[in-house]
Amino acid sequence: MAAYDADSSAGGDLAYDPNFVPDSVKTFVVHLYRQIRDKNVYEIHQMYEGSFNRLTDRMFRESPWPTAEAVAPYVDGDHVFCLLYREMWFRHVYARLTPTPKQRVESWDNYCSLFGVVLHGVVNMQLPNQWLWDMVDEFVYQFQSYCQYRAKLKNKTEEELQLLRNFDQAWNVYGVLNYLQALVEKSNIIQILEREKEGLEQFTVDNGYDYQGGSNVLKMLGYYSMIGLLRVHCLLGDYRTGLKYMAPIDLSQQGVYTNVIGSHISTIYHYGFANLMLRRYGDAIREFNKMLLYILKYKQYHQKSPQYDQILKKNEQMYALLAVCLSLCPQQKLVDENVSTQLKEKYNDKMTKMQRYDDEASTVYDELFSYGCPKFITPSAPVLDEPLTNYNQEAYRLQLKMFLFEVKQQQLLAGIRSFLKIYSTITVTKLAQFMDVDEATLRTILMTYKHKMHSTDNDGKIVSNADIDFYVDDDTVHVVEAKPTKRFGDYFLRQILKFEEMISELEKVQLD
Amino acid sequence: MAKEAQQQVSYTVEELVAVNPYNPDILADLENYVNEQVSSQKYSLDANLCLLRLYQCEPERMSPPIVARILIKALMAMPAQDFSLCLFLIPEQVQSEEQFKTLIVLSHYLETARFRLFWDEVAKNRSLLESVPGFQQAIEAYAVHVLSLTYQKVPRAVLAEAINKEGLALDQFLEYHVANSGWAIEKSQGHSQLIVLPPNEFNHPELKKNASDSVSYEHVTRIFPVLS
Repeated sequence: MAAYDADSSAGGDLAYDPNFVPDSVKTFVVHLYRQIRDKNVYEIHQMYEGSFNRLTDRMFRESPWPTAEAVAPYVDGDHVFCLLYREMWFRHVYARLTPTPKQRVESWDNYCSLFGVVLHGVVNMQLPNQWLWDMVDEFVYQFQSYCQYRAKLKNKTEEELQLLRNFDQAWNVYGVLNYLQALVEKSNIIQILEREKEGLEQFTVDNGYDYQGGSNVLKMLGYYSMIGLLRVHCLLGDYRTGLKYMAPIDLSQQGVYTNVIGSHISTIYHYGFANLMLRRYGDAIREFNKMLLYILKYKQYHQKSPQYDQILKKNEQMYALLAVCLSLCPQQKLVDENVSTQLKEKYNDKMTKMQRYDDEASTVYDELFSYGCPKFITPSAPVLDEPLTNYNQEAYRLQLKMFLFEVKQQQLLAGIRSFLKIYSTITVTKLAQFMDVDEATLRTILMTYKHKMHSTDNDGKIVSNADIDFYVDDDTVHVVEAKPTKRFGDYFLRQILKFEEMISELEKVQLD
Repeated sequence: MAKEAQQQVSYTVEELVAVNPYNPDILADLENYVNEQVSSQKYSLDANLCLLRLYQCEPERMSPPIVARILIKALMAMPAQDFSLCLFLIPEQVQSEEQFKTLIVLSHYLETARFRLFWDEVAKNRSLLESVPGFQQAIEAYAVHVLSLTYQKVPRAVLAEAINKEGLALDQFLEYHVANSGWAIEKSQGHSQLIVLPPNEFNHPELKKNASDSVSYEHVTRIFPVLS
């Protein structure tokens, strides 16, 4: 790896010397290396989450850590350790500084080497799930960042353009997707999850760790790559394929994906967003609601975590998306009371506006969608001849346009809803009069309501998302009273398991 | 030898999409597959999305006629949302080309159940749509689906407009469905025909199963150790 230019370092009084290794860093890497060799996952986690961040805060707020070459002598020059260290090194640069174009490319090379080693099946470490999740999450994030970076061509220097020309394979979309897919396949994670359903595997129970002296790295990278694939496909606008990658994981239950809060949030956020774009509003509302409730209850425990800001940001985004979903599909009963209160605090006015379906409503939909949506990307390589433009907003503009078009198509449905709430029967003629349209138009509006409120699931079955329903008999509309649905089965199952757990705990207690 | 090669191609396309979709080399196979879907009245959304993604990554290789065919096939898949799923992957500049604007308008009319406007527009664009066999029937099926969600009894005129049939053609259509799909015909108060559509959970609310309270088999198995 080339030495860094002086200008690539951040400012500060002391010039950054990439080869200077302070004593605390020496101790850190020696310790971390030993813990990894001894497979002490708990210790590794403490060092990874705790020590690394403390040292960063103390000494590396504005400059990179020492290079991997500089620390290599202290860890026997271990190749894999250096790859892991470098991955953390680049992640730090992205988080606290701004990566140079060269660093972006070098980070890609590092991921290729790291994943290459893992895919070869020669890694026998056990690493904390948090670390493995961060790796996949960061990989996708840096890809997204690079696509945004290279789509802004207007103010690029000749040097930067030359770099883009020379390293056109870096962060190539096929490469990214193929690595993620290779990790899923090589790890056999889909088969493992299948076999778990038949009780032949302990994957979830063991939280992905291997208690037989093996390694959890490939398995967990494969698992997290499924979520990575969901995320990348959302960024490209292919929601259906993204959701297909999540099929092996049962999102109605706790699972390994819920054990690291970052992976939990990322999964539900993208799953919910994909469902929103697929018009499966009910599913989106349910999942956002569960996630927001969880964050409400448990966010205090993550206040010291380096991910806290991210957690809060995603929390706010999900409230915005939930507001959008509920305006398109008013299913208030799907939302927990506490979440509902928070939602009203943040978006009561805006939701009222959105449900009016006029031009002002469109502006609000635009605002909330733009705030809540992921940072879409254009995957194709930039065209580097004149004239150079910035096209990093194109992907976002397309998705926004399609979404607003959908909203417009549903514009007249709010009017229908308000009348159906009041009447149990009404003739087509009368309803048309109230809505100030002719009869033929009213009939089309009724059919549009039915079509938009019924989505097709993956198996082609029609599922109703309708809050208010009706049927038409010749020229009379009969409104159907919605029956509140009580989920007894689920409730009993949960309580049975909970009590069983409590009983076995109690049985363990010995009275002296 | 030739037969072997032919078998290999169609077996490979679906497999490739499942196993190795991020591979620009399969682009030609996927394009051929689109044409195959059109001529043999098959349909594969996953293969078509795969192709659209490849076009997204390599816009110079995009073929507008192929994209048009994909979109028409997607339109025929309604009420499934395939058309918008495809549009999410097609850049704005491409969408603003004439033939795509037309298809988007057609989709808009279908999404908002404006059947008269839809069929009028179809009449103006016969050449574009007639190249895909089965188009007419597919849209008729969608129209019937939307009517079945909405109506217990639908007036003849409404049905006629939805499926673009009148007079004898409409009578034949009705005869067929009375014989095969459980339809019935009544006389309404104004002496015109009322078509009684077969009951389903959407137009007959009493048939709606409280599905949300059913417990899946997998979840029940979790308490087997407790029960034993």
